[in-house]
Amino acid sequence: MSLEEPTPGSATEVGVTEQGLDYDAIESLLGDLVVGRESHVNAESFVVRPDRVAAALDRLKNRAGFDHLSCVTAQEYEDRFESIYHLKKYADPTHEVNLVVPTGRENPHSQSGNAVFRTADWHEREAYDLVGIEYDDHPDLRRILLPETWQGHPLRLDYDQEQPQVVAFREHANPLQQDQRDDDTDTMFVNIGPHHPATHGVLHLKTTLDGEQVADVDPDIGYLHRCEEQMCQQSTYRHQIMPYPDRWDYISAGILNEWAYARAAEDLADIDVPEYAQIIRTMSAELCRIASHMLAVGTFALDVYGDFTAIFMYATRDREIVQNILEDLTGQRLMFNYLRLGGVAWDLPDPREEFFEKTRDFLDDLPAKLEEYHDLITGNEIFQLRCVNTGVLEPDVAKSYGTTGPVARGSGIDYDLRRDDPYGYYPDLDWNVVVEDGCDNFARVLVRLREVEESAKIIEQCLDLLEDWPEDDREIQSNVPRTLKPENDREIYRAVEAAKGELGIYIRSDGTDKPARFKIRSPCFSNLQALPEMSEGEYVPDLVASLGSLDIVLGEVDR
Amino acid sequence: MGEGVDARFNSKLREAFGSTPFILTKFDKFMNWVRGSSMFMLQFGIACCSIEMMHTYAVKHDLDRFGAGVPRASPRQADVIIVPGTIVSKFAPRMKRVYDQMPEPKFVVGMGSCTISGGPFQEGYNVIKGAEEVIPVDIHVPGCPPRPEALVYGVAKLQERVANGETSPVTVKPYELEQFGDLDRDELVQHLASQIDEEDLVMRYNWAESP
Ligand code: SF4
Repeated sequence: MSLEEPTPGSATEVGVTEQGLDYDAIESLLGDLVVGRESHVNAESFVVRPDRVAAALDRLKNRAGFDHLSCVTAQEYEDRFESIYHLKKYADPTHEVNLVVPTGRENPHSQSGNAVFRTADWHEREAYDLVGIEYDDHPDLRRILLPETWQGHPLRLDYDQEQPQVVAFREHANPLQQDQRDDDTDTMFVNIGPHHPATHGVLHLKTTLDGEQVADVDPDIGYLHRCEEQMCQQSTYRHQIMPYPDRWDYISAGILNEWAYARAAEDLADIDVPEYAQIIRTMSAELCRIASHMLAVGTFALDVYGDFTAIFMYATRDREIVQNILEDLTGQRLMFNYLRLGGVAWDLPDPREEFFEKTRDFLDDLPAKLEEYHDLITGNEIFQLRCVNTGVLEPDVAKSYGTTGPVARGSGIDYDLRRDDPYGYYPDLDWNVVVEDGCDNFARVLVRLREVEESAKIIEQCLDLLEDWPEDDREIQSNVPRTLKPENDREIYRAVEAAKGELGIYIRSDGTDKPARFKIRSPCFSNLQALPEMSEGEYVPDLVASLGSLDIVLGEVDR
Repeated sequence: MGEGVDARFNSKLREAFGSTPFILTKFDKFMNWVRGSSMFMLQFGIACCSIEMMHTYAVKHDLDRFGAGVPRASPRQADVIIVPGTIVSKFAPRMKRVYDQMPEPKFVVGMGSCTISGGPFQEGYNVIKGAEEVIPVDIHVPGCPPRPEALVYGVAKLQERVANGETSPVTVKPYELEQFGDLDRDELVQHLASQIDEEDLVMRYNWAESP
């Protein structure tokens, strides 16, 4: 069956019914590939043999329309290793299915999914790095987050954290050299980063240049790998995990990240959230999105024409205002730690009128400010020359890499979890998903600027609701047990639309008050993986612009 | 003031000195004052703290008002490095290299709990327990992240100390970049010997003994 010509976008997707998904139909599509079936909280899962992974992925992608591999999670059990492929559809992300691939404890290895989904490349490298499962047919199975000389795989059960390590500091050879016939090659190897103002943090780009053109670029990440997953695995659900999400995407997107954890954990443990708290969550999350997009736009202008004086300062000026509002609300400028499982930490600050006024003032000034941004940025001829038709990312390539957020929406992919997989108060509000089909650096910036407008709309409506909310009904948290112990072996993958795209969390519980496995699917990780596609063959400054337009944040790439 | 000099140069300070164009001070003292009054900061962003550091440079807080300069993109033009964030094993040798490239005399401001101790990630398998394991730090600014005001205070304190000629001594650090060939030949080094060139610079991390 898998040998048939794929028919992209065919209307006859197996398993789709009026009510949702018919998993039995999908099971019969997979046929003899399936050796078992499991129920996860988010979706049904099919167990396949480790040597049939690519075939199963291929059938799901081409016959059943699961064209988005959001995440690959690897973990160790007492008796086996397991990789889970979390699949969705770009057209409807509520259609989900998981592939579970168990492998034996001795010398674990399974087939790579890279041939079907390009995004599996990095995800599997990470699984190899941290858990130590080997993927057959993988094009380039190296460590990705930890140094090459690292001993052991840290997320294994028997890993000894005290053992000494040696970390090398290498000068790099020209990776294209071996392809050249003669010795005096024309290409030049240049390291960009890990300490460089254009890399937005500690990212290392191994670039090979042919004259001024980029012949090859290999993003080298892991300079900010802070063991976030380990930290969450050794913290309790109720209070100890919540501060960590703030530190993934730290560009003021804290509440969006917190929501990702809150959503996964609430669904895992069946916790309700009062309506009033949902509105506060929605409002504060959108404030965070504005702050995050401001910085993205400001630093992008900095990257493209070195404008540290005007646009960057305008952007920080506006961020200061948002940060002040958020500080009034949460008590912190950057690391909010504001959401709680089942609600939020506290109500709006007193006096409420002052808070409303301050926020409304900000919203009232926003249209004029956005006009300034458009004058300074999108209307600027130099900017247009540098950004239009550079860093092109075609929609099908973008899908294969699993890009999401403004990067996908700038490539014409109409995908936004706030609308497509609704949560919070979004379904009851009136706003639009912004899509641009330019597929280039310019389109991505336009998406961000227009998204700021949409966020402002959402905040405005939330403010109206909050203002009129009856005083005796302001419930900010539902009843949550003091110690949360979700049932043993419940598994869930849940995502929210963060500032940079789909931020997903996989949790497996083991009956204790701490998760047995906590996996973070960060949008930037997948978005960054598409960088070579966007910049090979272009000029070095276009590479820098493309990188800026992806709006990565290394805390989230490396986790 | 002699003739021919514009009236604009006659500052209050100039009046206070009276008619003599000379002041007497020790050369060292003068140089320290100069250093403290014009600090060249290295643009160095690692993690979350660097966002607040950017705000410190930008409008509203404007570190430049304090004579702490415009950020420089190259370590060769900077004399202060603010270390804003978590340092992990892969990055530490790079940071050491950047620090080594700065001209003497150079000063370090450690910003945030991570730079002081590893902060919220101290128990991570990959996280260095503070910048001081790699380079000497003059001023620690605690917080997660410290507010821009706190960083301004830290930098102002550093300037004060530099002007007074006090900085932390360059101590012998537990972790130095050294050649792989120079490491003690224990089990781990033997194991890696086939993968690493003798001349390669490496750092050795002894997690058990780090604080
Ligand atoms: S101290 Fe806190 S804010 Fe600063 S880098 Fe560490 S975790 Fe981030």
